Amino acid sequence: MSNLVIVEHDNNEVAAATLHAVTAAQQIGGDVDLLVAGENCAGVAEAAAKIMGVSTVKLADDAKFGHHLAENLSSLICEVASGYSHVLASATTFGKNVMPRAAALLDVAQISDIVEVKSEDTFVRPIYAGNALATVQSADSIKVITVRTIKFEAAAAEGGSAGVEAISGGSDTGLSSWVSQAVSNTDQVDLTSAKVVVSGGRGMQSGDNFAMLHSVADKLGAAVGASRAAVDSGFVPNELQVGQTGKVIAPDLYIAVGISGAIQHLAGMKESKVIVAINNDSEAPIFQVADYGLVADLFEAVPELDAAL
Amino acid sequence: MKILVCVKRVLDPQVKARVKAGGSGVDLTNVKMTMNPFCENALEEALRMREAGVGEEIIVASVGGGKTEETLRHGLAMGADRAIQVVTEDNLEPLAIAKVLKAVADREGVGLVLTGKQAIDNDSNQTAQMMSALLGWSLATFCSDITIEGDKATVVREVDAGLETIEVKMPAVMSADLRLNEPRYVKLPDVMKAKRKPMDKIDLESLGIDTAKRLTTLQVEEPEGRAAGVIVNSVGELVEKLRNEAKVI
Repeated sequence: MSNLVIVEHDNNEVAAATLHAVTAAQQIGGDVDLLVAGENCAGVAEAAAKIMGVSTVKLADDAKFGHHLAENLSSLICEVASGYSHVLASATTFGKNVMPRAAALLDVAQISDIVEVKSEDTFVRPIYAGNALATVQSADSIKVITVRTIKFEAAAAEGGSAGVEAISGGSDTGLSSWVSQAVSNTDQVDLTSAKVVVSGGRGMQSGDNFAMLHSVADKLGAAVGASRAAVDSGFVPNELQVGQTGKVIAPDLYIAVGISGAIQHLAGMKESKVIVAINNDSEAPIFQVADYGLVADLFEAVPELDAAL
Repeated sequence: MKILVCVKRVLDPQVKARVKAGGSGVDLTNVKMTMNPFCENALEEALRMREAGVGEEIIVASVGGGKTEETLRHGLAMGADRAIQVVTEDNLEPLAIAKVLKAVADREGVGLVLTGKQAIDNDSNQTAQMMSALLGWSLATFCSDITIEGDKATVVREVDAGLETIEVKMPAVMSADLRLNEPRYVKLPDVMKAKRKPMDKIDLESLGIDTAKRLTTLQVEEPEGRAAGVIVNSVGELVEKLRNEAKVI
């Protein structure tokens, strides 16, 4: 067996999500190689070579991979994958975008969002917003997999000494081009890796009211998240969405404020270690998953919480 | 430009999935089924393109058994011009679905394929990406804004870091995210009108596509539930418990 993990990066740093995919690959067994494709990203390959347990880092440094557009990157993955039994990436928007395209080029299935490795060909994945877990066995010669990061520990980013091998390949399809990226406030704590998350829902009533949550979050060193309802209502930007189709997180403490607890929201946070719900509706489904529930008007309870911290 | 909108019939998003005793799958008998919400976003976008003069004919297509027709009728009631059902009682995997829908796209000579980004039953998030590979077309996933001008489209995508804007050459495959639009409500006269719109049925076998399963589902089980929590009476009690009992702050 041999595994290829596609490294997610911004041409400067290895994304933390990749470290979790490396762990999944190690659990499958056999060698773990990494593929770094990008533009002027030799530094990323050097950093990737230090990840514990990696054999070889393949570096495809070419302008056509600069923005990780799916058409060009999937053509490269398809070429490199032929030497491997498993090709993995994290189930982030990066992995979700490119991996199924690569799988189809290889004419193999993709196993999305695995939460457990049972054996080299058998994996567990959540379906129906995590209300069921399916154990699936793959008959494909190359298994293309995306990894739910919260279910695998991060591999150590230091301590390894893999070799870096420059490669070429992949087509410049010219099908799409990158225009711009709206960068969110980078001062804030990263939602996917935060130990504590304070999330607001429709009950927050406005984007301005999220200032209350930011104040609490600052005191706890927490990230701020949101339900789909809050994002749909335009209170906060999309990257804050926690849920079935947003980010799936598992912090030590998740504080849900003014969130009713729709199925699709629970799918993104119910693996948190401790869940707190603050809602004025005692019948809200969020209380069924909460370790600590407080039935209260959030506009009174949140400032009080802020003052008590 | 002809637009193909691929839709899926799924368990209603408000209904909690129940695993069948014996672990063979999720129980879908006598439960409410609807069009996958993201597929509604995809169809709504196609309708708006037609209204803006960018799209001409809108074909709504799905792969599935008898009742798939209900979901396609809903698509016709929303405003699609005609429907294609590729009929099979098998539960096809995304790769097979993508192959079948590619064949439909080829046959119809469409210039744009729109899908939902993810079906809320299997949560695979694959079909659009796979179709783009099989068609050799450009791909724009998780779209929250689409502007088509001539042979190019500018697309805003919802990504983990925020919003990314890309430009893609047409023809293209695009998958809709939630913020792309708000799907319209269907009115009763539209439902009546939809009954008279054309519905093609194609037998899956007749397409001669290899749809053999690559994956075997060995077991489906419910996840472990969370232990019951407690209701606290005050913010003070909450903070005390988080500090001294849960020890998380």
